[in-house]
Amino acid sequence: MNLQELLRLSFSALRANKMRSLLTMLGVIIGVFAVILLVSIGSGLQKYITDQISGLGSNLVFVIPGRVGGARTPGGQQTNKLVINDAKKLDIKLRTIADVGPVVQKTATLKYNNKTDKGASVLGTTANYPDIIINTAMERGTFFTTSQERSGARVAVIGQTVKKTLFPNTNPIGKKVSVAGNRYTVIGVGKARGSVFGIDQDNTVIVPINAAQRQFGVTSVNTIYLSAKKPELVGLVKRQAESILLQRLDEDDFTLQTQEQTLDTVSSIVGALTVALGGIATISLIVGGIGVMNIMLVSVTERTKEIGLRKALGARRKDILSQFLFEAVILCLAGGLIGIILGLGASIILSQFFISEVTPWSVVLAFAFSVGVGVLFGMMPAVRASRLSPIEALRYE
Amino acid sequence: MKTSVITLSNITKSYFLGETTIEILHGISLKIYPGEFAAITGPSGSGKSTLLHIIGLLDVATSGTYLLHDKDVTKLKEDRQADIRNHEIGFVFQSFNLLQRASVLENVTLPAVYAGTPTTIREDRAKELLEKVGLSDHIYKRPNQLSGGQQQRVAIARALMNDPSIILADEPTGNLDSKSGKDVMEILRGLNKQGKTVVIITHDPALANQARKVVTIRDGLIAKT
Repeated sequence: MNLQELLRLSFSALRANKMRSLLTMLGVIIGVFAVILLVSIGSGLQKYITDQISGLGSNLVFVIPGRVGGARTPGGQQTNKLVINDAKKLDIKLRTIADVGPVVQKTATLKYNNKTDKGASVLGTTANYPDIIINTAMERGTFFTTSQERSGARVAVIGQTVKKTLFPNTNPIGKKVSVAGNRYTVIGVGKARGSVFGIDQDNTVIVPINAAQRQFGVTSVNTIYLSAKKPELVGLVKRQAESILLQRLDEDDFTLQTQEQTLDTVSSIVGALTVALGGIATISLIVGGIGVMNIMLVSVTERTKEIGLRKALGARRKDILSQFLFEAVILCLAGGLIGIILGLGASIILSQFFISEVTPWSVVLAFAFSVGVGVLFGMMPAVRASRLSPIEALRYE
Repeated sequence: MKTSVITLSNITKSYFLGETTIEILHGISLKIYPGEFAAITGPSGSGKSTLLHIIGLLDVATSGTYLLHDKDVTKLKEDRQADIRNHEIGFVFQSFNLLQRASVLENVTLPAVYAGTPTTIREDRAKELLEKVGLSDHIYKRPNQLSGGQQQRVAIARALMNDPSIILADEPTGNLDSKSGKDVMEILRGLNKQGKTVVIITHDPALANQARKVVTIRDGLIAKT
């Protein structure tokens, strides 16, 4: 039999059993669709988080107080031994290879007229902060200058959330906002930064570090950002900063962390999440595969009599097998393609208001698995039936 | 003397049911000559259907030899047997065995599909055959839209598709009323007159008596020829 004859035979058989054909395709469609969509969500999530973190700047080294992952005194709060002078020392010694930006962080209530913003983050930092932390563009106004930083001027740069809460209808520039009781003049508004891990990055007030230390009466700092002048220098900056800090502090008093390490940690968490989503997708693929398998087994087995008749009329084994192979391939290919189209469509729609990114391997895997299962289990009963003598197959009920 | 077209010697057929073996045919030897109209008769369970299935290569004998046109066909490869079923034997079943989801025309052309006959040629021939059996008006209908007698005539047209020299019919009138039965027998006799070798199974003595040769099978053995 030639190809055209086979195609005609297979299509007429598929048309004659519309319900069965549809159900078989449905199994393949669901399997392929689920895998593509779930894996898209997983990898979309991974990309989103990675982008968020890289948004902080890839040259960064953080110095944070205490030992991350180290032993702590039982029940005891760690005392913060990292002070502004450490930052100054680092700044002087590392000037050629890195910018240094210490940050004092406090939570305070902001007030303007009768409006209140509770739980805003007050960041006391240096004038070079926008150069160190990328993603800190100004929407209007300016960041404070080095001289304002030095003199501890009461000036503030507010985030989008603060602006929306306290100045919904007015231009905040020049207005005096109360930060935990002290009045600061707003000189700038930062652009929206979104949130990282559910923490609003826009509910912030950035003020000169001296002003913050004076107001809150602290000498310690919460973070010292070191920004290497070139990405290749990150390792050197980290090593030199460590030896400078060790002159005054113990190993347990501070931790140096690079952006890469943070990314690694988070990536491994998100990676685990993607694997979990992939697991769910695999289960749906297997369920779909079992569905296809059942329908194929039943529908081909119930056609044993037809196989017997065709053999009685002179069909060779090869004729029978090619017909059923074609039927299975046509069904599974059609189902697979529809599944791919639906999966891609859904993941594109989803990416409009959530996160999702299509990964080619998931498309290939889902398609290959579904088609493979369909063809295998479509052929198995056909092979069995074609081995029977014509009369045995004809008698089959 | 003419050489026989079908020569069976000592054919046995056994079925294996787990531990036990049931022998249906105990050694049948039979010759059928070209152009003969033979009837195989006998009570149900006597093994006559099994015998016809073996003659039609739908089933395989357990032992014995079967010469078709002087050629031993028992040892042929499966595909060669399929070709013989396709070209040299037309089989008519008691229960018609038509594909319900295919049209009458498609059913009739099926043997030619497996013979590799081009579409237009086989459809012309199928229409010609359907006209001969009086079904020209029904070629695009489904089998279940036809009466039993009409369905059996479709099956006969299908058996003739590749112009075989032998027609085997297993109780062709068994599921039909007497009028339709007569029509079908008429067609089979007509085919015999045109020179085809016809072997039918029947347990109707009246039908058997119309045949020139009657073989009676009882308990897996030939009781009377």
